[in-house]
Amino acid sequence: MVKFIVRRLLLLVPILFGLSLLLFVWVRALPGGPATALLGEKATPARIAEVNKSYGFDRPVLTQYLTYMKKVIHLDFGQSIALRRDVTDEILRRFPATISLAAAAMLFAIGIGVPLGLMAARRERTWFDFTAVTASLVGVSIPVFFLAQILKYIFALKFSLLPTIGRLTTTRHLKIHTRIEVIDSIIAWDGGALWDSIKHLILPGIALGTIPLAIIARITRASVLEVLNEDYVRTARAKGLRTRAISRGHVLRNALLPIVTVIGLQTGLLLSGAVLTEQVFTWNGMGSLLADGVIKKDYPVIQGGVMFLAVVFVLVNLLVDVLYAVIDPRIRVS
Amino acid sequence: MNPTDPPDADTSRATGAPISSALVKPPILVVEDLHVTFQIHGAKALRAVDGVSFEVRAGETVGIVGESGSGKSVTSLAILGLLPARGVTVTGSIKLDGEELLGKSEREMQDIRGRRAAMVFQDPMSSLNPVLTVGRQIGETIRRHQKIDRAKARAKAAELLDRVGIPEATRRLGSYPHQLSGGMRQRVVIAIALATEPALLIADEPTTALDVTIQAQVLDLLRNLVSESDTALIMITHDLGVVAGMCNHVNVMYSGRIVETGQRYALFGSPRHHYTRGLLASVPRLDGSQDRLLPIPGSPSDTIPWAKGCAFSPRCPAVIDACIGSPPELVTSEINTRVRCVNPAPPTDVMWAPR
Repeated sequence: MVKFIVRRLLLLVPILFGLSLLLFVWVRALPGGPATALLGEKATPARIAEVNKSYGFDRPVLTQYLTYMKKVIHLDFGQSIALRRDVTDEILRRFPATISLAAAAMLFAIGIGVPLGLMAARRERTWFDFTAVTASLVGVSIPVFFLAQILKYIFALKFSLLPTIGRLTTTRHLKIHTRIEVIDSIIAWDGGALWDSIKHLILPGIALGTIPLAIIARITRASVLEVLNEDYVRTARAKGLRTRAISRGHVLRNALLPIVTVIGLQTGLLLSGAVLTEQVFTWNGMGSLLADGVIKKDYPVIQGGVMFLAVVFVLVNLLVDVLYAVIDPRIRVS
Repeated sequence: MNPTDPPDADTSRATGAPISSALVKPPILVVEDLHVTFQIHGAKALRAVDGVSFEVRAGETVGIVGESGSGKSVTSLAILGLLPARGVTVTGSIKLDGEELLGKSEREMQDIRGRRAAMVFQDPMSSLNPVLTVGRQIGETIRRHQKIDRAKARAKAAELLDRVGIPEATRRLGSYPHQLSGGMRQRVVIAIALATEPALLIADEPTTALDVTIQAQVLDLLRNLVSESDTALIMITHDLGVVAGMCNHVNVMYSGRIVETGQRYALFGSPRHHYTRGLLASVPRLDGSQDRLLPIPGSPSDTIPWAKGCAFSPRCPAVIDACIGSPPELVTSEINTRVRCVNPAPPTDVMWAPR
């Protein structure tokens, strides 16, 4: 197992090298450039050339790449052109916000999606099942920004139950440790801040988690239905086991593989940022960082951000593979 | 011949007449007029089992023989209440130790299944849960029905594995099904079924998925376990060799009904129903007394509803006009077998001696 994990981590090296080259060429192929974005459309060619020169963009691409990679090897991703801050610092500021949001969304999606799918499968072809299937179809079809606005309208504007902006009430003071407010407030042992940060997570979490919820519910239902027809479930019934014991001990465990796969993929997606949700709820995570980076042709931000997310993606997938082995002993051997 | 099997012990039962002797134990299982109908939404109702009656006594092995689709597996699932609740109608009577099982709730059946009546399934690969250890799968049956702690259940599971002939039983408790061979797995399935010493054991094609060399071992094991513990055993199979080697009493099923039933020597010595004869003629023999195998023409789906005559008549070599029109009844023959045929084969013809 350790060998497997190490091998997968070593695989990151060629992946990151390939990705860095691809990114480097790709961002430079985008129309416009950081100088135009910085100076505006009316900038004179001379001024643009000046700015390009100051960032070294006038040199051959290969030279630029080698200079860049020399720094990357020392984990220095350069400075953001638009923000004038270290890319690494900026990522470390933004990523905790994304983790909070993704965790809230996945908690919502898994906590409701898995039981919903399980119940729908157990009640196959009843009104409950039809309702669940229809609801999850609606769930995957609702545009995130639309759902987010509706939630905002109902819970914030109509009933003023929940906050809709930011991660913590601005007047509240919380010492920064991890930049994940829920954890920081636990470290500070501040119940008020904890509740406040959770309240800030509810609406964005629901908005972002609805699509994963629908996908998880559907895959759970399908997977459980398949397992319910397996011979070993009949064996479990023939042993006289109680229905609950069969569900938990035999059905769910075997149905888990496809569910974990989907959860892993969705988590990876959410961790790479949620541009729309971040926009609506003024949540400064990876999504808005990268979106801004692309708009402003902020080469170092795009390159560093995407490479960072690639590492996150590989790690999430690795975790999923390790979970496979925990769930299914047949995978452990090979 | 099996020495534990008195050759004529049950000839009287074949006639259906009760025998007032202390030697004959009361039946563990009595199935009477069992009907199972599948009703899939929008389709015609399918009678999978159509008035089946038989009984099994302690220490006795009863065979149910037939092709796929004859209703033999459905019969066994109906006895344990394992048929799906929706779209299936079960009527008639199934009495276990005198207690009626039909009409019991799922919860009540859960108390009976695994404790008083257990089942060995066909494919040991798919009937064991791949993600749970063998020890857990045996142990959970024990702990479901007996109030003992985990450690004792584990010890008992090891004991069971030992009893079904698995070496290094204690170590094997931690194995997963995929780490065992097919024969080993079927031994585990048998150990699970025997975990709580049920009075009735149903084995549904227990050797079909196994290598031929392993088949004999598993059958021997079943035979010994049954005779040691006085368990009533129902063998469901299409393998006549298995039936001839193990069963005291044989029921041949076709299209949901028993077409011939009797004590094994009587039945195999002189099969009267053309379907039974067809089954026997299609078994290869090693003594060369037969030039070629004689398959039964057609397939089990070439059938007519029993209400319109004999369901086997479309495939029967001896079909006469009387076969069509009304369903044939089970009639007692001169040698105490019962045959559902209006034109049975003559009794003199000795076709097949059990091996």
